[in-house]
Amino acid sequence: MQQIIRFIIRYKILLLYVLLLTFAFTLTVQSHSFHKSRFLNSANSFTGGIYQTTNNFTSYFGLGTENQKLLEENKRLHSILFNLKVPEAIELDTTNNTYILTSARVIKNSFSNPRNYITINKGKVDGLKQDMGVITSTGILGIIENTSKHFAIVQSILNTKSNINAKIKNTDRFGSLIWNAKKFNVVQLVDIPRLVPLKIGDTIVTGASSSIFPENIPIGTIKSFDLTTSKSYYSIDVDLFNDMTNIKNVYIINNIDKPEILQLESNLENDQ
Amino acid sequence: MTSKYYFINIVRFLLLVFFQVLVFNNLNFFGYINPMVYILFIFWYPIKENRTLFLLLSFFLGLTIDLFSDTMAIHTASVITIAFLRPSIMRFCFGVNYEFQSFKLSNSTKAQQITFIALLILIHHIVFFSLEIFSFSNLLIILKKVGSTSSVTLLVCLLISSLFSTKKNE
Repeated sequence: MQQIIRFIIRYKILLLYVLLLTFAFTLTVQSHSFHKSRFLNSANSFTGGIYQTTNNFTSYFGLGTENQKLLEENKRLHSILFNLKVPEAIELDTTNNTYILTSARVIKNSFSNPRNYITINKGKVDGLKQDMGVITSTGILGIIENTSKHFAIVQSILNTKSNINAKIKNTDRFGSLIWNAKKFNVVQLVDIPRLVPLKIGDTIVTGASSSIFPENIPIGTIKSFDLTTSKSYYSIDVDLFNDMTNIKNVYIINNIDKPEILQLESNLENDQ
Repeated sequence: MTSKYYFINIVRFLLLVFFQVLVFNNLNFFGYINPMVYILFIFWYPIKENRTLFLLLSFFLGLTIDLFSDTMAIHTASVITIAFLRPSIMRFCFGVNYEFQSFKLSNSTKAQQITFIALLILIHHIVFFSLEIFSFSNLLIILKKVGSTSSVTLLVCLLISSLFSTKKNE
């Protein structure tokens, strides 16, 4: 017994180090698995509050360009609206809506790590939940991973864990959008069969088989493509529409039908 | 005397954390280089202090940085590693005379100081980027990131330490 105590006293620094390192490793490895609520994230009131305060100052610097973006978006939406041929009395009933949008501001952005997360200034109080889609006026941004009372963490598409259903515009060929952590303006679309005719410059949009994003939200254009080693699928480099380094205002999409879809899918899995 | 030391270290801790998360994490030189200046805390920390306390303090330093930058606990793991290895690194850089009571960081030569901080930064960055990328098939990316980021970190750290060292000598 005495020897054990002597051993502990002698190697207490090493033991403490190993203990702390194990703790750090556990936290790290745990969050590698998909959809485990992360214990350490910047959505808590302390870090979120500090980011919010600094953002209140720095957000003034980009107001001009943000205004310009907003104008462009309004112009685009107006031109769609004016050219839409619809009957005179269009029924406007909010209970029929499938998607509800919330606006939010980015208070912390990152794009230089292999796993990038974005913090936004809306949280549970504003009705945000895990697995809601986040877009900007030009394209998709990511999926909400964690929420706190007033803040939320968005798993950016620039995250090696990210996997989003996407397709080539005007076709029904869909694949998965992933990121190889190399360039912050290029993501990869994989699992497109080689039968599909591709052209550089084709537009990539979100696919229909996701309950998170509505169909046809722009993502980017084809930069280059190549067959994978198995020679039956393409691996496509996609140039993003979004400038991931400069994101200020975002929209969060809430799909009302999603619980129903998930319920159905889980029923199916239970039957099998 | 001691309360002054505590005060200086607390202020240093807070300032380094704030500068790291609000300024240096957003620099993005060439798109991906973010110098990690909070290593200066390990560099500046008094030599004669209790090692257990030092290890715990560096653990909290890493945890705070992780909390802000959404990097799980990678900063924590790498910063406690250099905190644990610091005595061995110091023995390597300054020889046996660092164990004497009169030894001070400011008394050593510039070359010794630079070797010391360079080794701290190098070990920290190797642990950090290996954990961050987490696969040895991407060894080339790890080496590239370690090389580029550690040189920038070294440069920034030397600049900052030379900025504040004049006060200490007086």
